Amino acid sequence: MSETRGNRIVPVLVMLIAIVAIWYAGTYFMNAPFQRDLDRRAEVERSSGDLFLATMTQAKPTLPAPHQVAANFFENTFLRKITSNRSLIYHAGVTLSSTLLGFVIGTVLGILIAVGIVHFTSLDRSLMPWIIASQTIPILALAPMIIVVLAAVNLTGLLPKALISTYLSFFPVAVGMVKGLRSPEIINLDLMHTYHASKAQTFWKLRLPASVPFLFASMKVAIAASLVGAIVGELPTGAVAGIGAKLLAGSYYSQTIDMFAALVAGSLVAVLLVTAVDVVGRIVERRMGARPA
Amino acid sequence: MKSTLAWQSLVALLLLLLALLQLPLVKATADGAAPVLMQTVPFRIYGLILAGIGIDALYQSRFLRAISLFLCAHLATFFLFTQIAGANGTARPAFYLVLAACWLLAWRCVTVLSELKPAGRFGRIALSLIIPAIFGAWILIIWEAVTRGLGIPFILLPPPSAVFAKLISSLSIIVADVNQTILKSVLAGYIMGCAGGFVAAIIADRFPFMRRGLLPIGNLVSALPMIGIAPIMVMWFGFDWQSKAAVVVIMTFFPMLVNTVAGLAVTSTMERDLMRTYAAGYWQTLVKLRLPAAAPFIFNALKINSTLALIGAIVAEFFGTPVVGMGFRISTEVGRMNVDMVWAEIAVAAVIGSLFYGGVALVERAVTFWHPSFRNGKA
Amino acid sequence: MDSHVSHPDQATASAPSVISAAGLGLTFPTNDGPVRALADVDLTINKGEFVSFIGPSGCGKTTFLRVIADLEQPTAGTISINGMSPREARERRAYGYVFQAAALYPWRTIEKNVALPLEIMGIAEAEKRERIARTLALVNLTGFEKKFPWQLSGGMQQRASIARALSFDADLLLMDEPFGALDEIVRDHLNEQLLQLWARTEKTICFVTHSIPEAVYLSTRIVVMSPRPGRVTDVIESTLPRERPLDIRETPEFLAIAARVRDGLRAGHSYDD
Repeated sequence: MSETRGNRIVPVLVMLIAIVAIWYAGTYFMNAPFQRDLDRRAEVERSSGDLFLATMTQAKPTLPAPHQVAANFFENTFLRKITSNRSLIYHAGVTLSSTLLGFVIGTVLGILIAVGIVHFTSLDRSLMPWIIASQTIPILALAPMIIVVLAAVNLTGLLPKALISTYLSFFPVAVGMVKGLRSPEIINLDLMHTYHASKAQTFWKLRLPASVPFLFASMKVAIAASLVGAIVGELPTGAVAGIGAKLLAGSYYSQTIDMFAALVAGSLVAVLLVTAVDVVGRIVERRMGARPA
Repeated sequence: MKSTLAWQSLVALLLLLLALLQLPLVKATADGAAPVLMQTVPFRIYGLILAGIGIDALYQSRFLRAISLFLCAHLATFFLFTQIAGANGTARPAFYLVLAACWLLAWRCVTVLSELKPAGRFGRIALSLIIPAIFGAWILIIWEAVTRGLGIPFILLPPPSAVFAKLISSLSIIVADVNQTILKSVLAGYIMGCAGGFVAAIIADRFPFMRRGLLPIGNLVSALPMIGIAPIMVMWFGFDWQSKAAVVVIMTFFPMLVNTVAGLAVTSTMERDLMRTYAAGYWQTLVKLRLPAAAPFIFNALKINSTLALIGAIVAEFFGTPVVGMGFRISTEVGRMNVDMVWAEIAVAAVIGSLFYGGVALVERAVTFWHPSFRNGKA
Repeated sequence: MDSHVSHPDQATASAPSVISAAGLGLTFPTNDGPVRALADVDLTINKGEFVSFIGPSGCGKTTFLRVIADLEQPTAGTISINGMSPREARERRAYGYVFQAAALYPWRTIEKNVALPLEIMGIAEAEKRERIARTLALVNLTGFEKKFPWQLSGGMQQRASIARALSFDADLLLMDEPFGALDEIVRDHLNEQLLQLWARTEKTICFVTHSIPEAVYLSTRIVVMSPRPGRVTDVIESTLPRERPLDIRETPEFLAIAARVRDGLRAGHSYDD
């Protein structure tokens, strides 16, 4: 057991260390030209070791060093009041709330659409191609307009952002659920037929339970997409609150360290959300008698 | 001859009856009664809808019924639209009731078409295009009818006809935007990102230690909101297309890496043992067995990436561009409340996105025709 | 349709007929032209019989079973089950069907799987529990109620699926190669148990197989079928006693019947493929 776990973790750790090392090297090479420029103007002579240290401590570096990002992240996450405008927890919370709202609406919508598609041939043949096509559309491009237009009718705050998340998250759920609701084999459908089961009975007792693994697999994709939607939805609001707003504010003032810290926060939120869906999925599937992996 | 009434027809008849009580279709305009000629239009509409329902109920041939339903529903819709031409916001409840009846007729048409089982390949393909096309057309029709019938403010939601007019009138601007965003940022980034991910996957495959290290990281990264690096790339590479291409590279790299590695792992021990019995080397096994087996996975990544690339390039432009590009146009025209231009850009982006995706899908069909998902004519 | 087709077998039969087919035919349209899965099948099956259907693949034995179960609609001739059409019989839950695979629902425990048809038929809770216990005991699965299908061997899974088919007490049991995927030792064991079950419950069983020893060991009557078009070529009455230990398969009587079945199969089979 520990043997296999070690086999799994050691390579990942080595790769992570390699990435951090490359990052530090990148920090030096990307910040060094600006530092030399700075030193020439200030007429400071530095040894190469001194120069290396200087590139790691710039206030607005081209590429911040990992420890700078970590320190900024730590400071803005744990050392600030949650209500503070600079608290990353505050911004993450704003993003999280619209992500979750959009995800819930999108998931419900996706399930309903899938149920319709599975039960009506005409819906399957007319709607399904558009659902697929709708995802080839760079819908995120709509985000600024949705926000601005809804603001024009006095609809601001959570809902407009959540609608973008909804759009991005309904699709994986709809497609996954169509697959899931169709996953029962013919033999199982025949069995229900021999019992003279009604359409509703076949749905509740066969199609729906069979689709559960598909539902959770697609919900993992959907919640990640939902987060992306929420972040992009925050861009045109004039950088008020949220991870996306923090990124935009950082780019206005070239505060790279802040931007990287916001990215880290966004990534952590993503990991937490996907893990949460995964854990819930495992529990439900275990309850439903799935063979433990 | 048969005589059965579909439920859509029944509801449509009911709606027509209701509409009859609510006539006229549109409010009288300020300058008095509508011209006499226009008064006959409701009769034409009613006649067409009733004819469609009648033919559907009385005849056996699905083909005849589908064609007549199609013609009646859409001609009636056309006449309906002549009623609100040039007079937005004048529609009365009867207008929507009759429109709903037309829509039900079109639905009935789709239902009849879905039952049609053409023997030939051509017929099947044509049908699989016509049915969604009718559905799409109705989304536009209802959109147009509601925006114009209710006189919804232009800023909120322009009717499709206005968007189309804007698209035509500002074609030169749109062509320049497409050139900047698609031909420069997206294509360059897509090719570099996919190629990079593919090469990285091959290297990772050669060294199992690296594969075991990179795969969890790659899986993690594909769940992250990678679009967030856009402002950083803009700072590094400047406002022009290079920064957008960099965003696209990073967004497309990981899906390609993860999918290719997964694809290279699908061959069974038996298949690989067969290659061993031929004393085939690593590269021979890779080219003759494992890469073809991985093709469906690689194409899956190419398809995912085609959408991601477009999203990445357009959103990255929200963070700063020279004064050209689809994302730039969208964000500035939203600011000026020129929503018709925004919709025109989005329509163009949608068409290009679909073509891009469709192109990859066509190549996929040609290359992986042997895969189970493509047999039986299923896509 | 005329369901009062007189049939020679019917007059001689002492027990009432459960299934009677006359001139039954079924043609599938396919891309390569129509395929005649069944043609001119005349057959009467009486109450309490154990009838096996044997023949090479494509001979229509499974199709015949599916027609009885109203899973396929015949294109010619008539068929009645207990005097009803297959559809009416299905709606009255006149038969239990056992498929080639156990087809247990992976998210239900064994007892919940057996409960499935009872839930659908709206059986009351107390009676449901009693029936589950009884049928699981009948297939020797008592004690495995709370297990999930993947925790059971293939043979046990198939027994659970038989329990599921028995749970609602239909008089007719349709079995479509139920033991085809199991190894020989398990199969022998299940055959023996099936015979005991048949003796205890006095059900009518239609059993599709492609194993000659299995057919001869189990049946009171063996229907030999052949393909292109699918038709009945021979009906063999078994002379074996109803009480059959496994070693009956070494007796000359058994081997004689098996030889007759083999001859019937060979005669009907054209070796053009």
